[in-house]
Amino acid sequence: MGKRLILRGVNLDIEANTIVSVIGPAHSGKTTLLRVINRLIETQREFMRSGDVLLDDAEVRRLDIDVLRRRVGLIFATPVPLPGTIFDNIAYGPRLQHHHRRQQLADLVEHSLRSAFLWDEVKDRLSTSALRLSGGQQQRLCIARTIAVDPEVIMMDEPTSGLDPISTAQIETAMRELKKQYTWVLVTNNTKQAARVSDKVAFFLSGELIEMGEAAQIFTKPKDPRTDDYVSGRIG
Amino acid sequence: MREKLIEKGLLLVAFSAVAMIFLIAYLIFREGVPLVAKVGVWDFIASTRWAPSKGSFGILPMIVGSLEVTLLAVIIGATLGLSCAMFLAEFAPRWSVRILKPMIELLAGIPSVVYGFIGVVVLIPFIRRTFGGPGFSVLAAAIILGIMILPTVIAISLDALNAVPPLYKEGSLALGATRWQTLHRVVLPAARSGIIAAFILGMGRAIGETMAVIMVAGNALTMPTSLLQPVRTLTSNIALEMGYASGDHQAALFATGMVLFVIIAILNTIALVIARPRT
Repeated sequence: MGKRLILRGVNLDIEANTIVSVIGPAHSGKTTLLRVINRLIETQREFMRSGDVLLDDAEVRRLDIDVLRRRVGLIFATPVPLPGTIFDNIAYGPRLQHHHRRQQLADLVEHSLRSAFLWDEVKDRLSTSALRLSGGQQQRLCIARTIAVDPEVIMMDEPTSGLDPISTAQIETAMRELKKQYTWVLVTNNTKQAARVSDKVAFFLSGELIEMGEAAQIFTKPKDPRTDDYVSGRIG
Repeated sequence: MREKLIEKGLLLVAFSAVAMIFLIAYLIFREGVPLVAKVGVWDFIASTRWAPSKGSFGILPMIVGSLEVTLLAVIIGATLGLSCAMFLAEFAPRWSVRILKPMIELLAGIPSVVYGFIGVVVLIPFIRRTFGGPGFSVLAAAIILGIMILPTVIAISLDALNAVPPLYKEGSLALGATRWQTLHRVVLPAARSGIIAAFILGMGRAIGETMAVIMVAGNALTMPTSLLQPVRTLTSNIALEMGYASGDHQAALFATGMVLFVIIAILNTIALVIARPRT
């Protein structure tokens, strides 16, 4: 009942400290790919996967789920500040691990907000509700919140789909600046964005990885005609 | 034309429900107020002597009894009910929710006299043997009421928990929180107002319940000093004596209803204020 194959035969490598974009039309399995990697898919009922998902050399299912999710952060299309203050939002992850003194926590919050280019806008109102921030600020808050748990990989699922061009540019800047520290996986519907920020691009169609390569190659001389159709705007 | 007619008709029905409340309030107060005026407000609610044939109308032991039984019942019902709702909302597999939820709703359909009966047959002897005393007690009434309010507490707090946007949960999980951490740090605070409303509505049910309480509480006219002593609640007092009361005695029972009415109105107001979505 309701069995559906969402991803099939996907084989891809993501190198450390690069930005990899995953592009493709709706329902091509991009979001599912991210949720398989950090195992958030397991909150859904009746889900099966075969094959291996390796983080460094460890299958993700062998890792403790909370450790995995700290190492591989996920940022959603809709920014969702947790109910509470800006400070509480950033401190949420570190507090789950209990071993933080007040000053350490304050430093960590400042560091995370600076990394996400949000500090200057919110430093005077850390104790106000995070829900009062604008959409772009909320999304950067979510990035800061993820940074605060010290991840290795940060995955983003269409993070700028609801944002204006200026907020989008701020988030793209943050990604480029932070490439030295993190590996980014960016699912995006916006091929121009993929062209702007990525080192590599993977093109998905109907649950299959059609082609993956250097961003320049994918956008200028794709090997597969379907990729060509998509990036040139003929399908999708 | 037809539209208008239906609209007006519905308006009339809606208002007649409200009118009913005012009518009830009016009748109770009309009968009760003169007696309270005669005895004095303070003597009525703060005197411990209830002897209608001798003109003593003090309902303090019953106010205390009602509040004591209700408070304890809510502690029992809230603890069990919220735990149950948390399990159903976050941990229970789909198939078990399909079985458990209708069964819990069935609890609400059992007549209160049956709860009282089970209390008399099972609970009273158990309390008598285990803790001593007559068995008919504050404790017995509170346990029975705690079970009786479970469906209310569970249904409303479950709705509140399920109304928390899944995005909150996923956001928390994605930061490495376990399911339990997510529940108690994100979901419970987000559902707080709904959960409190569930407790207060349960409290309203508990304080108004009569039959089951009469059967297990013992109904003694003394100030309850221990959980194992018999107690009489405001509702029991009215139900027990209305059959033969007349004159001032009858008016005093209406006045007892008045006090109950005020207490419940206060509880409902608190529930409304707390359950209001925060802006």
